[in-house]
Amino acid sequence: MSYHNPYTPPRKSATFDDYTLAEIRRAAATGIYDIRGAGTKRKVPHFDDLLFLGASISRYPLEGYREKCDTSVVLGTRFARKPIHLKIPITIAGMSFGALSGPAKEALGRGATISGTSTTTGDGGMTDEERGHSETLVYQYLPSRYGMNPKDLRRADAIEVVVGQGAKPGGGGMLLGQKISDRVANMRNLPKGIDQRSACRHPDWTGPDDLEIKIMELREITDWEKPIYIKVGGARPYYDTALAVKAGADVVVLDGMQGGTAATQDVFIENVGMPTLACIRPAVQALQDLGMHRKVQLIISGGIRSGADVAKALALGADAVAIGTAALVAIGDNDPKWEDEYRKLGTTAGAYDDWHEGKDPAGITTQDPELMQRLDPVAAGRRLANYLKVMTLEAQTIARACGKNHLHNLEPEDLCALTMEAAAMAQVPLAGTSWYPGKGGF
Amino acid sequence: MPVIDLATTPLRELNSALHEIQQGSNDLFFEVVNPRGSHAVAVGIDGPITVDVKGSVGYYCAGMNDGGTVTVHGSAGPGVAENMMSGTVVIEGDASQYAGATGRGGLLVIKGNAASRCGISMKGIDIVVHGSIGHMSAFMGQSGHLVVLGDAGDALGDSLYEAKLFVRGKVKSLGADCIEKEIRPEHLQKLTELLERAGVKDVRPEEFKRYGSARKLYNFNIDNADAY
Amino acid sequence: MCGIVGLFLKDRRLEPQLGELLSDMLITMTDRGPDSAGIAIYGPVIDGKAKVTIQSAKPGVDFAELERDLAEAGLPARVAVKSTHAIISVAAARLADVRSILSSIRPDVRIMGSGGSVEIFKEVGLPKDVVARFDVRSMSGTHGIGHTRMATESAVTTLGAHPFSTGSDQCLVHNGSLSNHNNLRRELIREGMAFETQNDSEVAAAYLTAEMAKGKDLGEALTSALDDLDGFFTFVVGTRSGFGVVRDPIACKPAVMAEADQYVAFGSEYRALVNLPGIEDARVWEPEPATVYFWDHQKAA
Repeated sequence: MSYHNPYTPPRKSATFDDYTLAEIRRAAATGIYDIRGAGTKRKVPHFDDLLFLGASISRYPLEGYREKCDTSVVLGTRFARKPIHLKIPITIAGMSFGALSGPAKEALGRGATISGTSTTTGDGGMTDEERGHSETLVYQYLPSRYGMNPKDLRRADAIEVVVGQGAKPGGGGMLLGQKISDRVANMRNLPKGIDQRSACRHPDWTGPDDLEIKIMELREITDWEKPIYIKVGGARPYYDTALAVKAGADVVVLDGMQGGTAATQDVFIENVGMPTLACIRPAVQALQDLGMHRKVQLIISGGIRSGADVAKALALGADAVAIGTAALVAIGDNDPKWEDEYRKLGTTAGAYDDWHEGKDPAGITTQDPELMQRLDPVAAGRRLANYLKVMTLEAQTIARACGKNHLHNLEPEDLCALTMEAAAMAQVPLAGTSWYPGKGGF
Repeated sequence: MPVIDLATTPLRELNSALHEIQQGSNDLFFEVVNPRGSHAVAVGIDGPITVDVKGSVGYYCAGMNDGGTVTVHGSAGPGVAENMMSGTVVIEGDASQYAGATGRGGLLVIKGNAASRCGISMKGIDIVVHGSIGHMSAFMGQSGHLVVLGDAGDALGDSLYEAKLFVRGKVKSLGADCIEKEIRPEHLQKLTELLERAGVKDVRPEEFKRYGSARKLYNFNIDNADAY
Repeated sequence: MCGIVGLFLKDRRLEPQLGELLSDMLITMTDRGPDSAGIAIYGPVIDGKAKVTIQSAKPGVDFAELERDLAEAGLPARVAVKSTHAIISVAAARLADVRSILSSIRPDVRIMGSGGSVEIFKEVGLPKDVVARFDVRSMSGTHGIGHTRMATESAVTTLGAHPFSTGSDQCLVHNGSLSNHNNLRRELIREGMAFETQNDSEVAAAYLTAEMAKGKDLGEALTSALDDLDGFFTFVVGTRSGFGVVRDPIACKPAVMAEADQYVAFGSEYRALVNLPGIEDARVWEPEPATVYFWDHQKAA
């Protein structure tokens, strides 16, 4: 019998894993950092790590389908003469015409309108299709001011001053030349086909003291009618929320790092910002410290996928949530029915994130006339409405089980955490204990 | 002609009065006294009305002006005529930073000096400054014309798109992707027109140099990365 | 994030009005900083005398019999109480003893500033209330600086209010947000500076004090600040005879200056300057980025 030495299989580095090695080779070959769409793909503590404590003997549940569980929310009650009344606390986040095709924006408007909620413009101005198909439309006021004009400001239902975004707090966006079509170029006053780099700071104010004056100007232009939201990326949520309130916001929109974006550096998306879960409690604390919780409304976004996520965000103190990536999936983004075409692009359905390249087989993140024909805005709008309905029913189911006749009556005490990380970030006890780590500071 | 005294009248009344103007209304001429550096004076004008402001104003005077003629007999704070759509805004004194920011149309005339970031992100507005302008002016300027009779500060036209810049005096430094360009007859013609509309006399268009985009940053190229 | 004002008088006839003029300037900047307000007034210098401004959360307790208790501790002093603050006047040679004696007989009082000339008053609340509480309008002096605060990342407390003073007759007000103050604070602590707050502006004040301790004048210290401080800032600083202004190289935070025969004035906005005498004829301009502006009574004399 021959003797073989015991074989030790080759071992790859956990630090230099296959993905890392490939990225080093790609960087060395091209000299350009990776630009992509979407939010962080790394695993971060999330709502999955929280569970609800349903009612049994100490609390009494409500009967599903019979006893009312209200889902309505009013946004902008602080200063605006015309606050926003929504039937459900799930809104559609800002996504630009330019990043998205016309039919995609129309589908979002249709779906939101059927569901009694709002949709939001993006970094590229307001289109007639979008205004026409959205009963309630929030107009984003961005550093680039692409397409900004007083007529659209006045025909909006609310104004969202965008200071930052969860995928890139502190950074500006990018829209590569392939997507600067004639119409997009015209709306943005840019030459066709060039890369469009958005600024990270607003051109005419810096800091909360100047922002207060900017908000006053916007209110004066619109005769104090519209609610004014301020959107920030999740990075320093306690201070940013407090300063947004001091600057005069009606609503604070807080976007965690799972929030999507049209295009920015992968290194930015994956390494800057905080998980949505970690942002909510400090923001709510800031509102409570100022006596403004529920008076200035808080909208949370970044990785909201289900009614459970909605219920958890609200239990932690949010007034509403916004969805972006999930809404794109609902209308058809990354659908496996286009798998053959995703493969031709070197990717696979579910992983496609090159939204900036304008080749989206689903016709959503593109300006290609042929590709965008594939998206039927009526059918896609219906899919979004169905999805929003399911999320709402799910959130109601959970709230009823916790004995609540309104989603807003969910509390942090209705939750427990599965992991130490989630317990610390959400400031709710580890399941079965009365303890959470990190009490007393953030 | 209504005279609005900002020492006794709330700003909100002034601006809503300006917004309520209908076509054919008699009162198309307003005078504002005692502005004393107030912010958001005469913002959101949406028609062919004239506002004369007797004194200096704070931030965002005549912001988003669409068709109005606003004259400030004093100096203007940050962001005067920001995002102007059309019409004319004249500042008799100096203007602070961000004058004409993101403006889409109309004419902004500054008879004194303008501070930093004059014409930042301009998108079609024409700006004529009788004096000098500060640093980072016309940053990311997309279209329109910036005419400066005096000098320009550091980093003029940084990351410029298609805005056209004309400076008669010295330029302290040019920003990334901004270069001097030849003046062609159509530029002289445009300059002549703008100088006349801005009330500039005894200055010939030939005295200006033109600056514009080198267009090297229009599509990402790693060899230009130092400019980012 | 804030509103700041400063006034440096060139005409001695205006000195009795310094408190009045600065109070109006400060109140105009209320919108920019509703959380707290503070003011530093450089008053007349009396040869051989120095003073310390202290603050207490319990002035009724801490300031009662303070003169007697200081005398018993071996420090002859006069104490003038103004609301939550008190001015302790002592022989200039004994200035250094005040801090150590106070720490044993009144451990809870906070020292706001000290020197031959400066008095510093600051509290949480609206500028108009702060001005009234300390009767700033009645004060005379040669120059002064003031601040209204919208707190960004540190607490809304009396100690977090500006002006910050870290050296004799030196103080600073700041509008902006520094981005390297934590590292700089550690470095300054290593060099022996003491800090009362987590505020970025206190680091800037301490930095200037440390630089001037190395022999630089205010103008030189401000020049080196341009290299060593990162972030956005507009500073207005005072020394016993000097008044300086500097903005960071990006210069986003607003700043307006006016110079007339009678004075040099600074405001975050022009609104702050409209009540000054002869403002219509003053030269009004915006300070250039990364440029030090500096006036000094002694150098002028």
